[in-house]
Amino acid sequence: MTIRLLKFLFGAATVIFLLAPLLAILPIAFTSSSFLAYPIPSFSDRWFAELATEDAWRRSIVNSLLIGAGTTLLSTVLGILAALALRRRVVFAAALRTIFLLPMVVPAVVLGVGLQILFAGLGFPNTFAAVIVAHTVVAVPFVLVSITASLEGIDYRTERAAASLGASPAKVFWKVTLPLAMPGVLSGAVLAFATSLDEVVLTLFVAGPNQLTLARQMFSSIRENISPAIVAAAFLFIVGTIFLGGLLAVVHRRAARSAAPA
Amino acid sequence: MNAFRRHTGTFALVFPLTLFLGVFFIWPLLTVLQQAVSDPVVSKNLPRTTAAVSAWNITSEPSDEMRTALVDDLKSLDDDQKLGEVVRRLNSAQPGFRTLMRKTVAAVRDSTGPISLAEIDARWNDVAFWRAIAEATEPYTDRNLLAAVDLQHDASGAIVAMPAGESANQAILLRTFAVAAVVTLATCLIGLPYAMLAAALSGWRRQLLLAAVLLPLWTSLLVRTAAWYILLQDKGLINSLLVSLGLLDSPLPLLFNRTGVVIAMTHVLLPFMVLPIYSVLIAIPRNLMPAAASLGASPIRAFLHILLPLALRGIASGGLLVFMAALGYYITPALIGGPKDQMISSVIAFYATGSANWGMAGALGMVLLAVTIVLYGVYGRLSMKTTGA
Repeated sequence: MTIRLLKFLFGAATVIFLLAPLLAILPIAFTSSSFLAYPIPSFSDRWFAELATEDAWRRSIVNSLLIGAGTTLLSTVLGILAALALRRRVVFAAALRTIFLLPMVVPAVVLGVGLQILFAGLGFPNTFAAVIVAHTVVAVPFVLVSITASLEGIDYRTERAAASLGASPAKVFWKVTLPLAMPGVLSGAVLAFATSLDEVVLTLFVAGPNQLTLARQMFSSIRENISPAIVAAAFLFIVGTIFLGGLLAVVHRRAARSAAPA
Repeated sequence: MNAFRRHTGTFALVFPLTLFLGVFFIWPLLTVLQQAVSDPVVSKNLPRTTAAVSAWNITSEPSDEMRTALVDDLKSLDDDQKLGEVVRRLNSAQPGFRTLMRKTVAAVRDSTGPISLAEIDARWNDVAFWRAIAEATEPYTDRNLLAAVDLQHDASGAIVAMPAGESANQAILLRTFAVAAVVTLATCLIGLPYAMLAAALSGWRRQLLLAAVLLPLWTSLLVRTAAWYILLQDKGLINSLLVSLGLLDSPLPLLFNRTGVVIAMTHVLLPFMVLPIYSVLIAIPRNLMPAAASLGASPIRAFLHILLPLALRGIASGGLLVFMAALGYYITPALIGGPKDQMISSVIAFYATGSANWGMAGALGMVLLAVTIVLYGVYGRLSMKTTGA
């Protein structure tokens, strides 16, 4: 009996440890006071209004969306091509895969220093292109893993059948392979967008004042003048996460339903 | 024909990402390594001296060509910023260069005719100063790499420890490893029983435990760090709760210290420990523990002899993953920690953006990169065995 109680208490305590920080701060986004503390005197949307009206916040949100879109597009295209290649028998497949996944583990600060020097040398430091490229480097592994997994689920015979009926390789790709791999492509794209949205360290090194992202703006506001506007931004992040997560769940459920034998 | 076309097709598909990562991932990392070992300041700004010194045997009297070359170089070097870099570099190798160079440059710039260095300052007859110049003209150096672990060359060229108090890199490296180890241990102590619990439960209870791990993983790292920043403050939720419950008289200091860093990093990295252990545990046949019990093993004995050895691979994977990630952490210590909790990443960022000391940033980055890649190699072998089994 005591063991069951202990198990329950441990499980509950850990769940609280994991979830409480996220749940505890959210109400502060709606505080009317300028302090990040409880009790909340009264509720107001002033901090959301500040995000929408104050120049630094508004621009950082727009920048984040632009950079996120660029990163998603670039990393998804690169990811699809590489995943298609790795599916065939390639020489050095294992080595290539290792290199493609390496950006996930290399410390961001080291990569950031290198990219800063490189972009300065190539002549495009502090540009949107630089930030998108930097984000794509760290987003590509996630895209690749996701698309590779969905390609593995495709039966070769479907594609061979299409080819034997006279479809060109390009047509097989557009009409058969890509639609079947779509769930993986979409989750890869979502992961790439999320990675870009959350990326701070590389942005710190390669972005100029005109490319400050929402994450970067949150980072410097926590350091300088912590205000409930940060929690309002965090609230947007969490709502966005739940939205993207829900989107993925829908995509996968649909894929599962269409894959199930009728 | 088909095989050839297939090969070129595959190459065309794999080429874009290979090129992209080659240029924007491998190249920058190599640049960092190159920064760590290159030392171009003197050879670039004093080209004639560099050429003249290369013929010198380091022990004999400095030759006249060397003296003339140095005077010529100093005459043509009219960029004060570059001159400052040269002086800083030389002074770090041989104290006294700052005053000597100031005096010499002033004399060289004032005079119009031929100049004798020895007349400007007797130190130009001292071989030690010329030896410092000779060493500084080498385009590659192990100085930064040695300095990254608080070592240096002494006058005879042997590798010795830096004087105490001059550099703190060893202390910062040790601190980084210590924080990463504590966080790994903490995530293991929480993560192992949690994963066991989740694997033993079923239905909605298991789903709840897994969702509690996945939800933070999905949430932005920055949001989670900001959340801890708010919770750990003196007037934050945790301290207010403890004070209002009467457990404390004054708030516990939780922010801007090691405790806060460890708590927040444990929270951030816990999912990386739970998930690998969980995925190993659910593959273990469920009747093993009852079988052990029926043979008379106490629960503790059954755990130690059955479950723990089988779960070890998951624990090792999770531990490596957490340790590797913790080593390179920047954001959480930067926001939650105080000046004494900064880890190696913060120091690298400081050298790179704060003081433009690319050599030191590169050397410390190289140390961090090497450790991470070794750990990744171990992790790769481990996970390959797991999937192969």
